[in-house]
Amino acid sequence: MPIHCDIVSQDRSLFSGDADMIIAPGSEGLLGILPHHTPLLTTLTYGVLVVKQAGGEEAFAIAGGIMEVLPDAVTVLADVGERVEEIDVARAEAAKARAEEMLKHAPDQNNEAYLKAMTSLRRSQLRLDAARRYRKG
Amino acid sequence: MASLREMRLRIRSVRNIAQVTRALQTVSASKVRRAQAAVLATRPYAAKALEVLGHLAGRRNTIVHPMLTPRNPVRNILAIVVSGDRGLAGAYNANVVRRALSRFGDSPAAVHYIVIGRKGREMLRRAGVPITAEFSNLPPAPSYADLSAIGRLAIEDYIEGKADEVHIVFTQFISLLHQQAAVQQLLPLSGLAAPAEEAAGGPKPVYLFEPGQTQLLDIAINRLVSIEIYESILESLASEHAARMVTMRNATENANELIGGLQLDYNKARQESITGDLLDIAAGTEALTAQTSAR
Repeated sequence: MPIHCDIVSQDRSLFSGDADMIIAPGSEGLLGILPHHTPLLTTLTYGVLVVKQAGGEEAFAIAGGIMEVLPDAVTVLADVGERVEEIDVARAEAAKARAEEMLKHAPDQNNEAYLKAMTSLRRSQLRLDAARRYRKG
Repeated sequence: MASLREMRLRIRSVRNIAQVTRALQTVSASKVRRAQAAVLATRPYAAKALEVLGHLAGRRNTIVHPMLTPRNPVRNILAIVVSGDRGLAGAYNANVVRRALSRFGDSPAAVHYIVIGRKGREMLRRAGVPITAEFSNLPPAPSYADLSAIGRLAIEDYIEGKADEVHIVFTQFISLLHQQAAVQQLLPLSGLAAPAEEAAGGPKPVYLFEPGQTQLLDIAINRLVSIEIYESILESLASEHAARMVTMRNATENANELIGGLQLDYNKARQESITGDLLDIAAGTEALTAQTSAR
C-alpha cells in the first residue's frame, strides 16, 4: 500500500502523489517513512528528502521545515525547497563564493550579516551536494 | 454660463483626470495579477499548514500546549487589522475597518489593535481604539521574512498574557470584482474546526514528537501562525489592487461621461456664439448696403 505524500514550500507545491518510501532529513537524524508509520510530527533540517516510488525516486533539497506523518499520508511543509533537477549549480556556486567572501570579512560573529552569510552558505552548500549526489545522468 | 475659454479649460482638466485614473487602473491591473499569483503560490502551503493545525487542535485532549488551550474568561483580545497605505481604492480600507469595529467594537473584553497600513491606522485612531503597533510602507511584494515580525509580536502578546485571543481582520480575495472583509482567529488554535474523522470519534492516534513535544509545538505553531498571517496579508494586497483597479475604471468612465457632456455644452455654446457673430456681420452688411443704396 503506497503512502500519500505532499511536499509544499512557502511559495509553491513541489510534489503531490503516492510513494512507497520517504527518506527525510529529520532534525534528530534521517528518517525512513514507510506506510503505516505511527503518527509523528517532526522538524526537518537542511538536507535532501527522497521520495521512492515504483518507477524510481525523486529528490528534493529542503532547507528546514516541518513534517507531519500519519499512517497513510505524509505532509512536508518546507521553509525553502526545490527539486534536485531544478537546482542551478552555477548560481549555487556563485552564492557559495559570495557567502564565503562575506564570512572572511565579517569580524563579528553575532551580527545579522554574519548570520545571513552563514545561512546562505549552508543553503548553497546543500544545493551543490544535492545536485552532485542525486542528479541523474 | 461659463465663457468658452473656461469651458475649454474645464474639459482639459477633466481629460487629465481621466488620463491619471486610466494610468492607475493599468498599474493596478498588472499589480493585481502579480499579487494574485503570489496568493495562489502560498495557498498550498497555507492550506496544508491549516490541515496540520487542525489535526493538532483536534487532539487537544491529549496534547497540552498554551497555544492550543482556550483561556477562560477572555479578558484581552488582540486584533490584527490589515489595510492599505493608500486610498483611491473604493471602500477597501473602510470595509476592513468597519468589519473590525463591528466584530470587536462592543466586545466585553479589552481589545487592542495591531494595524497594517496607514489608512487603517488613521481610521482606527479616529475611532479612538488602542493601537499597540503599526506597520506601514510594506514593500509591494512582501516576502515571508518581511512580515515575520508581525507574527512574532502577536505570539509574544499571547504568551505574555497581554492577549487571550488573537484575531486577524483582512480582505479575502474572491475575484477581481468581489472582495470580502473577514475575521479569522489565529490563537488559540481551538478556533479551528476539527476534521470530520475526529469528530466521528474514531481512534485518535497519538503523535510522536521529535524533538520534544513542547519544543516542536512551539516551532510548528509559530511557523504555522506566521504563514496564516502572511497569506492573509497577501490576500489583502491582491484585494486592494483589485479594488483600486475597479474604482479607477469607474472613475475613468465617469470622467469620460463628464467630458462628453461638457464637450456637447461647449460645442453648443461655440455654435451659438458663431451664430451670434454671423448675425452681427449680416446685420452690419445689411446696414452698410442700406447706406450705400440710400446714397
